Amino acid sequence: MNNAHPIPVRAILRHFLLIAGAAVMLAPFIWMISTASKPQTEIFSSELHLIPHQFALRDNLREAFAKANLLRFLLNGVIVTVSIFVLQVMVALPAAYALAKLRFLGRETLFALVLFGILIPPQATAIPVFLLLHEAGLLDSYAALVLPFTISVFGIFLMRQFFKTVPDDLVDAARMDGISEFGIVWQVMLPAAIPAVTAFGIFSVVAHWNDYFWPLIVLNSEQLRTPPLAVAHFRNNEAGTSYGPLMAAAMVIIAPLVIAFLFAQRRFIEGITLTGIK
Amino acid sequence: MAQIELSAIRKSFDGTDVLNGIDFRIGDGEFISLVGPSGCGKSTLLRIIAGLEPQNSGQIHIDGRPVDGIRPSARNLAMVFQSYALYPHLSTFDNIAVPLRMRRLSAIERLPLLGPLLPGRRAKERGIRADIETIAEQLDIAPLLRRKPGQLSGGQRQRVAVGRAMVREPLAFLFDEPLSNLDAKLRVHMRAELAELHRRLKATFVYVTHDQAEAMTMSSRIAVMMGGELIQAGTPAEIYNDPGDIRVAEFIGSPKINILPGRIRKDGGIDVLGTALRLACGATAGECRVGVRPERIDLGTGPFSGSVVHLENLGAEAFVHLAIGDAGLRLIARLADVRHLPAMGSPVAFGFASDAVRAFDPAGKRIPLRAEQSERIREPAHV
Repeated sequence: MNNAHPIPVRAILRHFLLIAGAAVMLAPFIWMISTASKPQTEIFSSELHLIPHQFALRDNLREAFAKANLLRFLLNGVIVTVSIFVLQVMVALPAAYALAKLRFLGRETLFALVLFGILIPPQATAIPVFLLLHEAGLLDSYAALVLPFTISVFGIFLMRQFFKTVPDDLVDAARMDGISEFGIVWQVMLPAAIPAVTAFGIFSVVAHWNDYFWPLIVLNSEQLRTPPLAVAHFRNNEAGTSYGPLMAAAMVIIAPLVIAFLFAQRRFIEGITLTGIK
Repeated sequence: MAQIELSAIRKSFDGTDVLNGIDFRIGDGEFISLVGPSGCGKSTLLRIIAGLEPQNSGQIHIDGRPVDGIRPSARNLAMVFQSYALYPHLSTFDNIAVPLRMRRLSAIERLPLLGPLLPGRRAKERGIRADIETIAEQLDIAPLLRRKPGQLSGGQRQRVAVGRAMVREPLAFLFDEPLSNLDAKLRVHMRAELAELHRRLKATFVYVTHDQAEAMTMSSRIAVMMGGELIQAGTPAEIYNDPGDIRVAEFIGSPKINILPGRIRKDGGIDVLGTALRLACGATAGECRVGVRPERIDLGTGPFSGSVVHLENLGAEAFVHLAIGDAGLRLIARLADVRHLPAMGSPVAFGFASDAVRAFDPAGKRIPLRAEQSERIREPAHV
């Protein structure tokens, strides 16, 4: 900071940059809320204004709920993300425990493979997985949405790093007390790793709630659609895109995440720093 | 209550030998301390006894029953860890209850939601509660039962860890440096408490520590380990007064034993710093090392001399550091009377009684000595 000036130039500059960044990030959301609140005529008018002259949010919402079974899509989203997360935890915790605390031949090789797995983008394996599901006759079902994501290498990696920090004495104490190895995973490691599980849960839920690519590929039936597909549904209408209800629907489907974030803001930030440091 | 017998225990990690054939027998109700510098294998040995680590070869018998390959919990031993290893998410009560629940409840009864509804569970829980309350009363932790480990002080956690060990009524207790995380004052206090607990329970205690003061004050026997070998075992007094190896002599005792260079003459007599001692041995002539405990050094009179380079006055006693000659040889003498301390830098004559001398050969083994009648104990100082 410059001592000659009482005005903290750097701090002002810093805030200016942060505000500019925030504006870029928030602009689409503000635009979404603005559009969702305008009647059709105002959306297509040439003049640009954020605050609608005529407030039409209720009408747009009503239309959105009428046109598409939004509640059903939200429910689908919940079913899919929760199933994915629960299965991911059931796979990742025992795997991470073995990689962090058990000594066996080839452990380092296995862990290297896990790291390698993180590098593979899901799109790269999409076609083989799609064919596999086709052979199994599981396309166009909840299983098709959930199964490919049950083994999360990122989850295994994250939990393994966290389990490394759990003292070995605690595991040994559990063994002396007569708890089995699987018992140790659920009774000792899971409670100790709640912050890491929460962080992983946030990532997993956000990623799969917002996933557009995979559901688009494997789904046909309308009643199985996940929230992002539901929004697309408005766009694909032959009657032309009705932006008002579309934006209203978009608001509805991001609402659960925003509300969850507001409730768990601290945990969310903890989770991100956790993954950043470890 | 059990005796533990170790025969030819070997262990290596990645090709490095940690234990090279340990043979040891721990008697029923003994308080055995395994001491040694860090890396000597004492903790590994304890973990092998516990069953947490498999040995590469050798057998362990507990009460005459071989336990090799038997799971830790099935050996019926309890262990107290250095970090206490309390389950951080469970209250004190639940921490102590874990070993009992694991043993007394069936797998179905332990299920989170369904378990408590089963008919037999209530009565068993009542039994568990009664046992825990008895233990809590004995250890003075009854008011802490609802707290989580994070809300307890070091000494309280220590007691809870001991409680979790006691509640199972194990055949033997294993302690892995349980006091080293406590501050000095509390450590002295817990030392007395643990010794008292041993007297009351009359159980077998195996106690690993690197702190020789803990070993000396609590144990009925000390086993000194160095470099993966058990060098000497005996009562604290035996280990202190009669070390069989120079490493034992140097490890036990604070401040450290003074080691002086000596020579064995052809006639079996011993010279130290050019002065003949009134002692003889049957060993062959050559170099040797002579050890004298600081409290056996008599300042003021004697055939040797040094100059005072450092003084440590602890109030009740004082340690006088002497430099001898120009070779950088240092020596520490303990003075019981702190009112008459020599001045810094002043020359001081000193000597020691012949029964204070412990001689070791160049390999570090003890050389037996006998008193020589013909010479005087101390010659007058030459300087």
